[in-house]
Amino acid sequence: MSIKVLRPGLLTTIQDHGRHGFQRVGLCPGGAMDPVALALANALVGNPPDEAALEVTVIGPELLFERDTLVAVCGAEFDGFPHNRPVFAAAGTRFNVGRAARGARAYIAVAGGFAVEPVLGSRSTYLPGHFGGFQGRALKHGDVLPLRDSAAAKRFATLRKTHDGTVKWSVPPGTLPDREPILVHVIEGQHFASFDSNSQRAFFDTVWRVAPDSNRMGFRLSGPPLGRPQADEILSGPTCLGSVQVPPSGVPIALMADHQTTGGYPRIAEIASADVARLAQLAPGGKVHFAKCSLEIAGELRKHAREHIESALRGIAWEYHK
Amino acid sequence: MAQPRPLGVIPLGDSAAYVEFSSHLDLEVNSVVQRLALAILKRKIAWIRDVVPALGGLALHFHLDHAELPAKPLEESLALVLENLKGLSSKQEPGRVIELPVCYEGEFALDLEEVAKKAGVPPADVTHRHVSGEYRVLMMGFSPGHAYMGGLDAKLAVPRRTSPRAIVPAGSVAIANEQTVVYPYAISGGWNVIGRTPMVLFDAARPRPSLLWPGDRVRFRAITREKFVEMAAAQ
Repeated sequence: MSIKVLRPGLLTTIQDHGRHGFQRVGLCPGGAMDPVALALANALVGNPPDEAALEVTVIGPELLFERDTLVAVCGAEFDGFPHNRPVFAAAGTRFNVGRAARGARAYIAVAGGFAVEPVLGSRSTYLPGHFGGFQGRALKHGDVLPLRDSAAAKRFATLRKTHDGTVKWSVPPGTLPDREPILVHVIEGQHFASFDSNSQRAFFDTVWRVAPDSNRMGFRLSGPPLGRPQADEILSGPTCLGSVQVPPSGVPIALMADHQTTGGYPRIAEIASADVARLAQLAPGGKVHFAKCSLEIAGELRKHAREHIESALRGIAWEYHK
Repeated sequence: MAQPRPLGVIPLGDSAAYVEFSSHLDLEVNSVVQRLALAILKRKIAWIRDVVPALGGLALHFHLDHAELPAKPLEESLALVLENLKGLSSKQEPGRVIELPVCYEGEFALDLEEVAKKAGVPPADVTHRHVSGEYRVLMMGFSPGHAYMGGLDAKLAVPRRTSPRAIVPAGSVAIANEQTVVYPYAISGGWNVIGRTPMVLFDAARPRPSLLWPGDRVRFRAITREKFVEMAAAQ
């Protein structure tokens, strides 16, 4: 009743929609960097959208399925691998996920989900605190991941007879970049006006690159240093997923899933919530360009993103029940 | 003192609202922020997932996919704060009183000598002043369970170290400017370490994972190295 990890990949962790309600004691929600891909992968195997799945980073794992089950991979795409559709994995199947050809993070959902205990209401792995997910850490060679039972796996047992174990339909990918630089919408941050006019312009004119020392806490952005004419200290205050803060080095940092909940650096911008998942699909070296938008437009983008997910979920439900 | 009013509401993108009361630290304002945060939490509003009291204001984080999320959550957040401000009891300090044992000796007190030198008092006076104070948790952040506490003796208000330590040991009690903190995890940090507590500040396995919560009042109690070792073993 389990999956054996033959090769862990670069950074493979169990993630769901995160643990909420603890930001006031300094614990960020965490969870999947690309919750859209997580929701789709789950729906494809008959799970609730916020079930825990494996978050794969750039280089995927090699997994051995020790029983018949249904699997789906959404988000980043890997060559020679069926994406965005349910795949029947018979007992003894080896799943070798190589290097991402497009995107940076994929979600491997398994029918029934992983049988790990929730911590503070979530199965997400919080690496800095060493808790949640599988033993509070990234997967290692030899780990055996327990699975829960699922009726959905049986629904597609007929896929066993097909030559590749999958269906002919798929859901459209929601968050993968067609080309780079990707366009990410932001509203001005609280301290935008305190940056000098060159920095204000440069923020929107520059094609930024995701720096190699980026991680689940934050993406450092390589480009021209940004400055403030009066480099006064600002009072530490709350931050948010998608806040772009600028420490004295002038290198902007976009706060990602495992971000600190408060910060004392000026915030030049706040990324529209719908675009954070798209930014999460950039690997180090990936290019991003920021465009200013209003709060209303950010809300519209969110609405469109949700409509995309809902229509995909309806399509999947239809395939399951026809 | 007249009741503080919000300076304004600042969008943290479309995900959260920061209702700012002050752009500098004011303990009176923070006390109002703490009571406001508790009052709003008590309402259990479905579209608000997190209420974060900070030094000079409070953030409301939205549940973006919730059916009850209003069309204009930023305006609703400000309205909510104003409404709760009106009914806010003027009673002081809602927080609990927590006593933290601290060993101020030897290798636990990495920067005690330097702080004493900068403050112009003997090291024993630094620890005496530190244990004599009553502190209040003004904000939490940096890492889970990490409380920024106000109420430090003005004499001990020394700046942060010029070069941060790569690793500050977990449990380190440190001071800088007019605040004191306790580091829940071994992590890099620039505050002046004057002692260490054997208590576990944050444990996700506890139903209330954090030892300290915003608004709590905190006192420190000096313990010997023997007591520290004994208490650390019992944790």
